[in-house]
Amino acid sequence: MRYLPLTQQDRAEMLARIGAASVDDLYTDVPAVARRTGLVDLPLHQGELQVERALKAMAAKNTPAGSTAFFVGAGAYRHHVPASVDHLIQRSEFLTTYTPYQPEIAQGTLQMLYEFQTQVALLTGMEVANASMWDGSTATAEAAMMATRVTKRGKVVLSGGLHPHYADVTKLICDANKIAVAACPAAIDGEAKVVDLIDSDTACVIVQTPNVFGTITDLAAIAEAAHAKGALLVAVFTECVSLGAVKSPGEMGADIVVGEGQSIGNALNFGGPYVGLFATREKFVRQMPGRLAGETVDADGKRGYVLTLSTREQHIRREKATSNICTNSGLCALAWSIHMTLLGEAGLRRLAVLNHERACDLADALGGVKGVEVLTPRFFNEFAIRLPKRADAVVETLAAKGVLAGVPFSRLAPGTGLDDVLLVAATETNTDDDVALYARELKKALA
Amino acid sequence: MITKFTSDHEWVRLEGDVAIVGITSYAAEQLGDVVYVELPAIGKAVTQGGDMAVVESAKAASDVYAPISGEIVAVNDDLTGNPQLVNDGAEAQGWFCKIKPSNPADLDALMSAQEYQAFLEGKS
Amino acid sequence: MTQLRSTRGVSGGAADFETVSGSRGGLQATWLLFEYGAVDRSGVDLPAPKGRPDRLGGLARTAPIGVPGLSEPEAVRHYVRLSQRNTAIDLGVFPLGSCTMKHNPRLNERMARLDGFADIHPLQPVSTVQGALALMQELSRWLTSLTGMPAVALSPKAGAHGELCGMLAIRQALIARGEGETRRRVLVPSAAHGTNPATAAACGFIVDEVPGTEDGRVDVEAFKAKLGPDVAAVMLTNPNTCGLFERDVKAIADLIHEAGGYFYCDGANYNAIVGRVRPGDLGVDAMHINLHKTFSTPHGGGGPGAGPTVLSERLAPFAPVPYVVADGEGFKLVEHVEGQEFGRMVAFHGQMGMFVRALAYMMSHGADGLRQVAEDAVLNANYVLARLKDAFDAPFAKYGPCMHEALLSDKELRAHGLETVDLAKALIDEGFHPMTVYFPLVVHGAMLIEPTETESKTELDRFCDVMLALEARAEAGEVEFFKTSPRLAPVRRLDETRAARQPKLRWKAEEAAMKQAAE
Repeated sequence: MRYLPLTQQDRAEMLARIGAASVDDLYTDVPAVARRTGLVDLPLHQGELQVERALKAMAAKNTPAGSTAFFVGAGAYRHHVPASVDHLIQRSEFLTTYTPYQPEIAQGTLQMLYEFQTQVALLTGMEVANASMWDGSTATAEAAMMATRVTKRGKVVLSGGLHPHYADVTKLICDANKIAVAACPAAIDGEAKVVDLIDSDTACVIVQTPNVFGTITDLAAIAEAAHAKGALLVAVFTECVSLGAVKSPGEMGADIVVGEGQSIGNALNFGGPYVGLFATREKFVRQMPGRLAGETVDADGKRGYVLTLSTREQHIRREKATSNICTNSGLCALAWSIHMTLLGEAGLRRLAVLNHERACDLADALGGVKGVEVLTPRFFNEFAIRLPKRADAVVETLAAKGVLAGVPFSRLAPGTGLDDVLLVAATETNTDDDVALYARELKKALA
Repeated sequence: MITKFTSDHEWVRLEGDVAIVGITSYAAEQLGDVVYVELPAIGKAVTQGGDMAVVESAKAASDVYAPISGEIVAVNDDLTGNPQLVNDGAEAQGWFCKIKPSNPADLDALMSAQEYQAFLEGKS
Repeated sequence: MTQLRSTRGVSGGAADFETVSGSRGGLQATWLLFEYGAVDRSGVDLPAPKGRPDRLGGLARTAPIGVPGLSEPEAVRHYVRLSQRNTAIDLGVFPLGSCTMKHNPRLNERMARLDGFADIHPLQPVSTVQGALALMQELSRWLTSLTGMPAVALSPKAGAHGELCGMLAIRQALIARGEGETRRRVLVPSAAHGTNPATAAACGFIVDEVPGTEDGRVDVEAFKAKLGPDVAAVMLTNPNTCGLFERDVKAIADLIHEAGGYFYCDGANYNAIVGRVRPGDLGVDAMHINLHKTFSTPHGGGGPGAGPTVLSERLAPFAPVPYVVADGEGFKLVEHVEGQEFGRMVAFHGQMGMFVRALAYMMSHGADGLRQVAEDAVLNANYVLARLKDAFDAPFAKYGPCMHEALLSDKELRAHGLETVDLAKALIDEGFHPMTVYFPLVVHGAMLIEPTETESKTELDRFCDVMLALEARAEAGEVEFFKTSPRLAPVRRLDETRAARQPKLRWKAEEAAMKQAAE
C-alpha cells in the first residue's frame, strides 16, 4: 500500500516496544459489540492506474464548460485562470501545511493572508478584511449575525435581489438564533425596497449588487436610510470581477461587505471549494468572524506576521465566540491573491471591461431574438431575460446543441412565478462565435 | 475604605456611595499581558456574580463578574488605549468601572484581604 | 557556461551575521507586494476592449482601487519566496494533534483537476453532470458503509459546518417532535474542541459543560446527573481530544437516547477507527467527517476543508438539501423539498473538489487499506507514547493505550522553569513542526502528538530522539536555550501581545509613505 511506510517488521518491533501482542490490544477500550473483525463491504485497494481509469470514466460523463458555448453564472463564473496560479498553489509549502498556528514557520501563509486582507479591503473599499470564509453564502449569514451583535438588535431585512441560496442560508442561521427575517419579494430592480422594512429593531439590511438578476444598484441612499435608523448596510456580491468596473460598496456607505471570491483564481469545481470574502469598518473588527493575520515584530525587532485578535474565535471563546468557523478557505484565498497580484489594478479593470462588453454584446444578440426581452436595466456581466416559454425547457433544448444557456430562475426559487426568466452571464472566456451560436440556437428553439 | 475580594478574583472598594471595581493583581498576573478590556456601558444594571466585563490576553479571554449588584456609573476609558495599565496596577490605575450599589449588603458576602490571601494560598 | 574553479571549504566564522541583502543564503528576503508592485504592471495579457458605451447606469468606478500588480516572473518569485517561509507535511513530521496531518497523495490533485470535475458549473443542466452526481453517490456509499450510518449530507464546507449540519438536523427533529422550545440544553465535555460549544451556541442552544475523569474520559455519573427533559443532545468527540476512546460511549448513547436527546459525535478523530469501528454501532445520531483529516485532502494552510455529515435513521429525514438520488438509469439532484424545514446550509452542493480527492484516496486504499490506516495511526501514536512517557508527564498513559495521538503535559518542564511553548519552539529549530499545544484545555500545558499512519518508524525515531534530547537539556537547566528558541527559523519568536494591542491588519499606503518619509 503505497501511502503506508510501515513494514511488517516495523510493526512487530513497535508492538514489542509498546508491550502489546497485537494491534487488537490497542483497541481494547472499544466496546466488544462494536469491534469489527472483518472488512467493511467495499472494494479492496487499487493502484493509481486503476483509480485514475475509474475516475476519468466518471469525469467523462460530465460536459465541461470549456467544451460548450457557456453562459451560466448566478453565483459562480467561468474565467480564465493564469497557469502560474495553479502551479504556485501546488507548492508543497502552501498545499500541505496547516492553519498558521506556529508563526515562525508559517510566515509564507501569514504574509499571504495579510496581503489578501489588504487586497480585499482595497477592492471592496473597506478598512479591514478577514482571512476568508467558506463561501459567499455562509459569509452573508455571518454578516447578518455580526450586525445583530454590533447593533444588539434582532431583525434582518433581505432584498429581493439577494441570491435565493444566500437568502436561504441566512434565514436558516437567523431562525436558529431567533433573529427575525423580513424578506422583500423577488424583484429585478428593487434593492432599495429594503428601506421600507427597516424598523427600530432592524440590525441590518442585506442588499446585493450586482444582484442575482444582474442589476447594479447605487447603495448610497440605502446606506443613508439604514444609518438614519441605526441599522447597518450589508452589501453582497457574487461576482467579484464586477468591483473592477463598478463603484465599490465601501464608497457607497456599506458597513459590512461580503461576497463570493471564486471568480478570481478559482475554478468552477461544481460548486466548491470557493472562497468567501468578508470586509468591514475598523470599529467593528472585534465583532468580525474568522481568522485575521496581523503585523508585529519578532524578538530581534524584525517585521513578521501572526494570527491575531484570536479571542473572538471558537478555540478560545468557545460558546461566546463570534462564529464557529475554524478551517476556512486558505488555499482558495491564496489562489485569489495570486491571480489578483497577476492582474494588478490595470489588469483587473481591463478584465472587468472585457466582461462587461461581452455581456453587452450578448444582450444585444439575445435581445434581437424575437420574443426575448432583456429585463435588467443596468448590469455588469450578467442579466435576466424573459422568454416566451418556460426557461428550464429552453435550457435543456440548447444544452443538446452545445449551448449552456444560463440558469432558469425557477431552479433557484421555484414558485416565485418567474418560470420564464433566464439568468445569463458572459465573461472574457466567451467568443464572438459563442455569442452568435447562442442567438442562433435560441432563435431556433423559440421558433 | 476597605477593599473586598471575590473568589473569581475581582476586587471592590467603596468610596463614598460608589464602589470601584477591578481584577486582582493575582488575576492580572495569571492572565499575562492584557491586550484588551471590554467594559460595560454606563447606565447598565449588573447583578452580583453576573457578567460585567471581559479581559483578554493574546491567547485567553476571561469573563469578569460584577462583585456587587448595582448600576455602572463610570468606566476606566484609559484602558481602551492602554490595557497595559491592568498589568501595571491591577488594584490601582487598572480599575475597570464604578458601580452605584443597589444592595450595600452585597459587600458583606465578600472576602477581606486576609481571607483572599488565604484563599489564594489554599489554591496552590 | 562552466565554472572553471573548484572550491574547497575553509572552516571557521559564525553564521549569525547580518547580510546586506536581508537574504540568508538560499532563504530569500521578502517584501510585501505593495512595496514593489505597481498598479499599472500586470502578469496577464488581455485584448484591448472595443470601447463601446457602458450599461452600468452611471455607477462606473471612478475611484482608484490601489491593488498593485506584478509581472509573471516577479509574481512567481514572490510566492515561491513566501513558500520558503512555511514548513509542510511534505518537508517533515507535522504531528499536530487533532489535525491529522497525513500525506496528501498527488493522484488526488490530478483527478480533481480533470476538466470533467473542475470545469463544471453547479447550476448547469443536471443532464450534463451525471458523472459528478455519480461521484457524489459513490462517495456517499463509501462514507455510509464505513460508518454504518444510513444517510449522509455532503454539503457542509468544513468540520465546523458539519457540526452545524448535525446540530440543525437535531433542532429540526426536536421541532418536529414539538420539543423545539423545551429542549434547549446541549451537553459538551470540558475537553471538547472549541467548535462544539461555538456550534451549539450558533444553533441557539445553551451549552452545559460536562466534567471529565482522571483517566481522560467523560464523567458518566456527572453526565447522568445533567440529563433531563430540557436536554437536546450531547456533543461527544470519539476518540476524544485526549486521544482516548470513550469506553462508556455505548452507555452515554443509551442514556442520552433514554432521556430523549440525540448523540452528536465530533468525527475529527475518525482516522483512529476507520474500518475498525463503525460509529453507527455506537449509537451515534450524527457525525461530521473531516475529509481533510481522515481522507487526505490537503489542508492548504487553513482550508478548504469538507465536512460531510452522516446521519442516523432518526435524523435522516431532517437532512439539508441538496442531495443526489438515483433516477432510473441516471441521477437526480434534489434542490428543494416542499415542507422540509431544514432547507439549505450553503449555496450549491458542497466541496466537489474535495469529494474527488477523498474518493480517489478511498479507492486507492480500499476497505483493507483503510483499516490498515487506522491501525498504523494508532500503532504510531502508541509507539511515540511508549518512547516518551517516562521522560515526560503522560497523564493518561497509566490507564491504557491511546488511540491515534499521544498526550503529554509540561509538568516535568515546569520543574525546570520551562513550559510547553518553550519545547515547541525548540522543536522548530530541529526541523519539526510542533505538536498541538495547550489543547485540550483540561490538561495543563498539553502537548498533543498525532503522528498519523504516513510516518515511517525511522521518522518517528528521529522525532522521539529529538524530544528526549530536548528534555535532557531542560533537565540540565538550559533555560536560556529554550527561551531564545527558535533561532534558525525565518523569524524569531513573534510579539503576539503587540499584534493584539495595536492591531495592524493590512498595509496602508499612507502609513508606508509616512514611514518612508521618516527614514
